[in-house]
Amino acid sequence: MKKFPYKHLLGLEGLTREEIEFVLDTAVTFKEVLERPIKKVPTLRGLTIVNLFYEASTRTRISFELAQKRLSADTVNFTPSSSSVKKGETLRDTVRNLEAMKIDMVVVRHASSGVPYFLTQCLESSIINAGDGAHEHPTQGLLDLYTIREKYGKVEGLRVVIVGDIKHSRVARSNIWGLKAMGASVAVCGPSTLLPVEMEKMGVEVYTDLNKALWGADVVNVLRLQLERMERGFLPTLREYSRLFGITKERLALLNKNYTIMHPGPINRGVEITPEVADSPESVILAQVTNGVAVRMAVLYLLSGQQEEAVA
Amino acid sequence: MQKETPVLDERQLGRVLARISHEISERNAGAKNLVVVGIQTRGAHLARRMAKLLSELEGLKVPVGEMDITFYRDDIETRPDRPVVKKTHIPFSIDEKIVILVDDVLFTGRTVRAALDELIDFGRPRAVQLAVLVDRGHRELPIRADYVGKNIPTSQSQEVIVRVKEADRQDSVSLTDKKRARR
Amino acid sequence: MPKKSKKEEALPRTPAVIAGGRIIDPASGIDRPGDVYLEDGKIARLEFSKLLSKKSIQSFGSKALDASGLVVSPGFIDLHVHLREPGREDEETIVSGTKAAAAGGFTSVCCMPNTDPPLDNQENIRFVLEQARFAYARVYPTGCITQGRKGEKIAEIGDLYSAGAVAVTDDGSPVMDASVMRLAFEYSKMFGIPVVQHAEDMSLSHGGLMHEGFVSTVLGMRGIPAAAEEVIVARDLKLLESFGGRLHVAHLSTAGALELVREAKKKKLPVTCEVTPHHLTLTDEEIKKSFNPNLRVNPPVRSKKDVEALREGLIDGTIDAIATDHAPHSREEKEVEFDAAPNGMIGLETAFGIVMTELVAKGYLSLAQAVEKLTAGPAKVFGLPGGQLKVGRPADITIFDPGQSWTYRASEGFSKSINSPFDGWSFKGKVVSTLLNGKVVYPFESKLEVTPLGPQDKIKLQVAGKKTSKRKK
Repeated sequence: MKKFPYKHLLGLEGLTREEIEFVLDTAVTFKEVLERPIKKVPTLRGLTIVNLFYEASTRTRISFELAQKRLSADTVNFTPSSSSVKKGETLRDTVRNLEAMKIDMVVVRHASSGVPYFLTQCLESSIINAGDGAHEHPTQGLLDLYTIREKYGKVEGLRVVIVGDIKHSRVARSNIWGLKAMGASVAVCGPSTLLPVEMEKMGVEVYTDLNKALWGADVVNVLRLQLERMERGFLPTLREYSRLFGITKERLALLNKNYTIMHPGPINRGVEITPEVADSPESVILAQVTNGVAVRMAVLYLLSGQQEEAVA
Repeated sequence: MQKETPVLDERQLGRVLARISHEISERNAGAKNLVVVGIQTRGAHLARRMAKLLSELEGLKVPVGEMDITFYRDDIETRPDRPVVKKTHIPFSIDEKIVILVDDVLFTGRTVRAALDELIDFGRPRAVQLAVLVDRGHRELPIRADYVGKNIPTSQSQEVIVRVKEADRQDSVSLTDKKRARR
Repeated sequence: MPKKSKKEEALPRTPAVIAGGRIIDPASGIDRPGDVYLEDGKIARLEFSKLLSKKSIQSFGSKALDASGLVVSPGFIDLHVHLREPGREDEETIVSGTKAAAAGGFTSVCCMPNTDPPLDNQENIRFVLEQARFAYARVYPTGCITQGRKGEKIAEIGDLYSAGAVAVTDDGSPVMDASVMRLAFEYSKMFGIPVVQHAEDMSLSHGGLMHEGFVSTVLGMRGIPAAAEEVIVARDLKLLESFGGRLHVAHLSTAGALELVREAKKKKLPVTCEVTPHHLTLTDEEIKKSFNPNLRVNPPVRSKKDVEALREGLIDGTIDAIATDHAPHSREEKEVEFDAAPNGMIGLETAFGIVMTELVAKGYLSLAQAVEKLTAGPAKVFGLPGGQLKVGRPADITIFDPGQSWTYRASEGFSKSINSPFDGWSFKGKVVSTLLNGKVVYPFESKLEVTPLGPQDKIKLQVAGKKTSKRKK
């Protein structure tokens, strides 16, 4: 009986609580491996994994690379420069090359939603979504869930607030799906111009008032504000955003005891979160990074060797 | 229900474990520098019992750990299912120690091979000695046990069922003719 | 090439009579069994009382087209087709596009001027008409509203009209500047032709890939709000009211825009509108299922509510015509990830099947109403000849089987392009035969049609059978 019967991981939408728990449990065993003197197991020896990163992302790519190497897999990085390349043309040509090279797994990050799905239609390999546009970032969602579960022993019943540019955030979306599947109650908070339409239909409370949103919350997941939102006119100034939505020490008083501060990184210190809060003992930002490798190892391990066309 | 032929009952199993523990202490002239590591899952239970017996015998605490060998299996690619991986917990150094590796049934030897590879990644033991409750023959690799509870000649189609109180509510070893799902 | 049935094999190319069918001609209010007599490419007589018996039909021999069990209607008219010639002959030509039209039952098409070079001067209009001499359907070109479709200065609409343009449009782009739109309305008044607006406020739709709604929120895709269409429609209606002219709203897609047109019609403003078969069928949820780049279209496929409202609009007459917005794109350009794909899908060969299966069979429209939206309705909008079975007029006739089940395969179609999200769909209702000037143009006589300009045969692309694996929930 397959506990995680999928060949691809494209998103957390549609995964059941049991399936997510299974991934997290597997990640626990990999975290133990990361504490051994030899932080390596031969499990995926002989497997070739390509990291296809169309969007620059050092940390996620490194995290995946570490996970792959710790599983003894062979890793190839492919980061096409976006400058001179005509959109669309590159992906198709790249796909043709990958097809010919018989790659076992592809980890893909791309600025367009749906690209990982596109790859599942043209490649035999297992596809792992490392972030597609603003759509999903399932491994980030999983490592966030892992981190919460590690601290509280459970996710169910907790109140989690995601703060920031929800509209353009794949981290927010994956987190929402995962948290809801695990029984948490979820709220999102951000300026109206950065909240997508009909957001409440995802089963979350929607706030534009940060104080109201934080009241009674256990976990605050602070999203990175991308500076280009200013350039595109979504926000007047960074200063105003900070004032209205920045997570400061004072605001923490609104949270429940034993609260947790999370952030997917990299942090804009002083914008969405003060350095004080980011470095406080309640912040698990660094633990998220550690857990990221274990969770990605678990995902790679669980997806390897799947023959079925089932898609997560 | 498959027909099971009993091989060892609770008392017999208990005596076998006691005898193996004596053999271990005899061969190693005591329990100094000894550590016990059991292979998940039933091997780990047996390892804990043996470590306790050895501790009582020699009057010193013998460290015991457990190991899941799933990540070191040689058949990862051919087995599509991913069973739940159990804990690996070896909270002590194995460098220069004599490691008593414990498993319930020795069959093809592949599990022990994986266990050895995993053990080596934890450090460099002085020696590794293998203790098994049952040796059922049909080795596919050049592996032999140093301590055997009971030799049970079997045919390929038979299955040896080991039950331990910690997991199965009883202590017993039996033999069945029908092939059961691989554990 | 679909297998020829016994009927087709004995098909007379220039029948003297089409007998035994049910004649549906909404323009004349006819819906009854009848025989159509043809002579010299024109309709000679419509006979309703002395109908030919099966025996008599057989005695006519090869001069009678047996339409028993079939419906005989005026040839369909498509107000909105991209024939891509001049400029993108790799995607479609006037010959291949009209071949697809004929296969879909269309005997007249209005082609859009967003070609390369655009149809903003009389030479280019004449070029299209010249190419159209070898077409399988009548081609009525539309000209550009503005020079180069830049939206800044109006084009030589007088020349375009004289050369044969039946309307002006910058389709593909809206006229963003209200003062230019005003000039367009006023200037075109002199020639009595409508101004067709592709209603899209580019500042609101900027960067959007699909309809802005819950689905775009879940997918994290930039959305095109309904307001982008409605804002322009509202503005144009005000301009119409203030300065006169005639407005035709192209590919209307939102409930809000429909309501604006409905209100304007109540005020008797000279406005008409068209809707595509895909906007009457598909919703944004389809994109979530498959990210199929063939679903990327402008205006985007909208929500269920919009689809329902548009169906209502057909029933209550607010919508004048069904037009396909047939937009061929090359494989290289379309078979990419969703947001790199150009907008547009082909539609000439699926329009009728979709209308029959999704609207008639599901009870939204009666057969006669459906035929009206494909014939009399469009003819009226642009003042085109045709759309009616009238004695003395050219015999442009479509014969269809309302009950025939068939499966559409884009790769077997007659368009040069295959970008259709309806590939593999099953329909109930198929065009069996299309006549232009009394001559049967569809089914086609042979695969290769030799024309003075050289063979424009479409190389049938063999699309490797890609599994349409469903996303597991």
